[in-house]
Amino acid sequence: MENYTLSINGKSQDVTAPEDMPLLWVIRDLLDMKGTKFGCGQALCGACTVHLDGEAVRSCSLPISQVGSGKITTIEGLSADGDHPLQKAWVQHVVPQCGYCQSGQIMNAAALLAKNPSPSESDIETAMEGNLCRCGTYNRIKDAILTASKS
Amino acid sequence: MMPKLPFLNKQKTGSSTSISTSDRSEIFRASRRDFLKIGSLAAGGFVLGVNFQCSGPKGELISFAPNVFVSIGSDNIVTILAHRSEMGTGIRTSLPMIVADELGADWSKVKIIQAEGDEDKYGNQNTDGSFSVRMFYEPMKKAGATARHMLVQAAAKEWRVDPSECDTEASHVILKGSSKKIPFGDLVAQIKEMEIPKPEDLQMKDFSSYKLVGKDVPIYDAKDIATGKAVFGADVNLPNMLIAVVQRSPVVGAKATSYNDEKALAIPGVKKVIKIDGPGLPAGLDKPLEGLAVLAENTWAAIKGSQALEIEWDLGPNQTYNSANQLQSMLKSTAAKGTVKRERGNFNQAKSSSGKIMEKTYLAPFYAHSTVEPPAAIADVKADGSVEIWAPSQHPQWARGAVAGALGIDVSKVKLNVTLLGGGFGRKSKPDYVVEAALLSKAAGVPVRVQWTRECDLHHDYYHSHSAQRIVATLDGSGNLTGWNHHTVFPAIGSTNSPGLPSDGELDLGCRDFPYDVPNIRIEAHESTAHTRVGWLRSVSNIHHAFAICTMLDEIAETRGIDPIDQAIQLLGEDKDLAFASEMIGDYGNYGEKIEDFPWNTGRMKKVIQTVAEKSNWKQKLADGKAVGFAAHKSFLTYVACVVTVEKDAAGNLIIPEVYYAVDCGIGVNTDRIRSQFEGGAQFATSLAMTSAITFENGKVQQNNFDTYKVIRMPQAPKKTFVEIIPSMEKPTGVGEPPVPPFIPALANAIYKLTGKRNYELPFKA
Repeated sequence: MENYTLSINGKSQDVTAPEDMPLLWVIRDLLDMKGTKFGCGQALCGACTVHLDGEAVRSCSLPISQVGSGKITTIEGLSADGDHPLQKAWVQHVVPQCGYCQSGQIMNAAALLAKNPSPSESDIETAMEGNLCRCGTYNRIKDAILTASKS
Repeated sequence: MMPKLPFLNKQKTGSSTSISTSDRSEIFRASRRDFLKIGSLAAGGFVLGVNFQCSGPKGELISFAPNVFVSIGSDNIVTILAHRSEMGTGIRTSLPMIVADELGADWSKVKIIQAEGDEDKYGNQNTDGSFSVRMFYEPMKKAGATARHMLVQAAAKEWRVDPSECDTEASHVILKGSSKKIPFGDLVAQIKEMEIPKPEDLQMKDFSSYKLVGKDVPIYDAKDIATGKAVFGADVNLPNMLIAVVQRSPVVGAKATSYNDEKALAIPGVKKVIKIDGPGLPAGLDKPLEGLAVLAENTWAAIKGSQALEIEWDLGPNQTYNSANQLQSMLKSTAAKGTVKRERGNFNQAKSSSGKIMEKTYLAPFYAHSTVEPPAAIADVKADGSVEIWAPSQHPQWARGAVAGALGIDVSKVKLNVTLLGGGFGRKSKPDYVVEAALLSKAAGVPVRVQWTRECDLHHDYYHSHSAQRIVATLDGSGNLTGWNHHTVFPAIGSTNSPGLPSDGELDLGCRDFPYDVPNIRIEAHESTAHTRVGWLRSVSNIHHAFAICTMLDEIAETRGIDPIDQAIQLLGEDKDLAFASEMIGDYGNYGEKIEDFPWNTGRMKKVIQTVAEKSNWKQKLADGKAVGFAAHKSFLTYVACVVTVEKDAAGNLIIPEVYYAVDCGIGVNTDRIRSQFEGGAQFATSLAMTSAITFENGKVQQNNFDTYKVIRMPQAPKKTFVEIIPSMEKPTGVGEPPVPPFIPALANAIYKLTGKRNYELPFKA
């Protein structure tokens, strides 16, 4: 067991964890933040996506020992009042069906827009390929990202 | 006793757990009776659900609840109870919309709370079979109308006017033709003294006056989901809770003969290892599999602990099971005579006198549900033996009963809170994972969350059965379709390790209910044996039946030199209600509804077909040489026609630019959610058609995670899905499942246009 000081959503958090514990379980179990979801444990579905220094990462496959002093942002820290343009566009397009994958979808899309503020449909498809939605909300996700990119 | 669902073979259910549910068609009727008892209280003087809360000092919130589904507070907040499980269909919004509209509530101030699992209070809560709106449209209207009636009476008395001069609007009673209005909340004190009106005294609103029903209404939980606040199955945290990850029998029916848990217990955070005794064979539908649970302080320690377990298994009779071999032997069996389940005319005579015989076979694989949220449940068994549960359950009543049976306690001691479901598709009807949590909490003496991994989910699902079909069609000298002989075989739901036929209920899902005007029809079923747990997946046997029937019809149309859409219209004949029930051998189920109440109407099917042809510009696309495919299929009492276009991109990958649907689901409640179910249904069906399959070798599932059990990603999804909802005042029917079945053959037929090669096996090779 090791002691770590993490920077999550602008706050410093001390945790004790084995060095191989994935960031996902640190966030969900040790810090009790439940917005980030578990889907596959193998970086295959994107439900656990968070930002590490602005990059989208799959927290289920990122050991805490590799996080270092990187700044972590989760869905809870994406905006103060749920008013990130993507969150507003998600509500406007009524993207979610079951909603389980959507934290990861939004975090992945936010990292895309930070790098590429005006993505084409094909840019969006490429960037979002790692995020599974089993309900089938892909078209509305794409529309919402396009809407947010124009706001 | 297992629940006797319409598509279960009763003799094939081997479980002994006592549970509280009964035959689903009986539940339909019982729940309607129950609602009448609950919702129209004056009729029998029955007071369950009359919940006046008005004690306390002056100024405290008081509330009035004329029935279990609606309550009104003195703060003018209307609270509506959602009693069906939300897994993505939007039902948690759609049913409360009906109550709110009939009541005249201000939707922006309505609060929705989720009901716990309690059949006595709420009626049927089994959220599957696409029947929530079908079953509860009228009861929800009554719930709203009852409260409106009482509020209007109270305001009319206050104003000394006739109640007919009053109406409700935006959570106020208004005096028509004046500016007078009173907030609902100010009337709570008066109406709590009133008698509940008789159902015959209720006046329902005219459909045209609805402000919510029949419109696009955003789902209630959209913002919570977009901000990560929505609570799913694994999101509840209890003090002292341990997390359990279970290593289950790798082959259904396997028993653990010995195990070594030393390495697991050495992992920091691991607290206990507890054995769960499985039922062996048959596996049943509501029992946990045999397994060893590692309980730890956090999920990661539990996962590592479960991987460190050393277990010796007696694998039992299924250890030699190979699904590919079984599929081939099932296919062979369809060439022999089966058990006839429907007979019209004389197929053999048609065959011997026919001008042309067409014979084709179709194969489809096992599918896993693979909800992005793997199963998870939390149980807290208390010192007095009672238990509180949080679970993403589609069927809270079955889960409650199964837990009571497993713990040996009365069902009243089980409190079951229903969370949001991160996808269901039929998987979360089964209570096995909920029972696991309860058994482990009891054994450990602390609250327990059972967390399934993705590997657990894919290895231990209740799979959609693989299937083989053979269709023989006969044409006379003039090219008329004279005979239809459909053989179908697949291991039946709920059966393991003894041979049996698909149940009548499963045959009614798109096979026996073949609607076309062919003079000679014979439907034959064949026996097979399930060597794994078989369950229902979004649209169930309609998936493989529609695939075979609608691709065969396309091939027949081609042989006849006729447009497949023209052929479908021609074969449906005159507008009429089909009288085919008498041709069935064994009861015809009609999705649990009387055929008189929900007839199979050819006119409604023709209308959706004509509409999809028009909206997709079918004739023009054909004339332009586009690769376009058509299929129509009614399931769950909803009529659907579908047109799909395909192309190859520059890299040679198949893409699906456009999908067109026309749907007649009777009255449409939330039109945006109807469309979203079709958009999502097309994408779900694309996975079934193109990428997904579960296979078994040596009794074990060969797929472990999303790298080998593939579901489509954004680039493979249909680019645009257009949904035309036929305006209708017929009784509402569901839309969760009906989008799936016709999509797959429509795609198959489009691919044939593109490549010249027909696909007879799912998932498609091209």
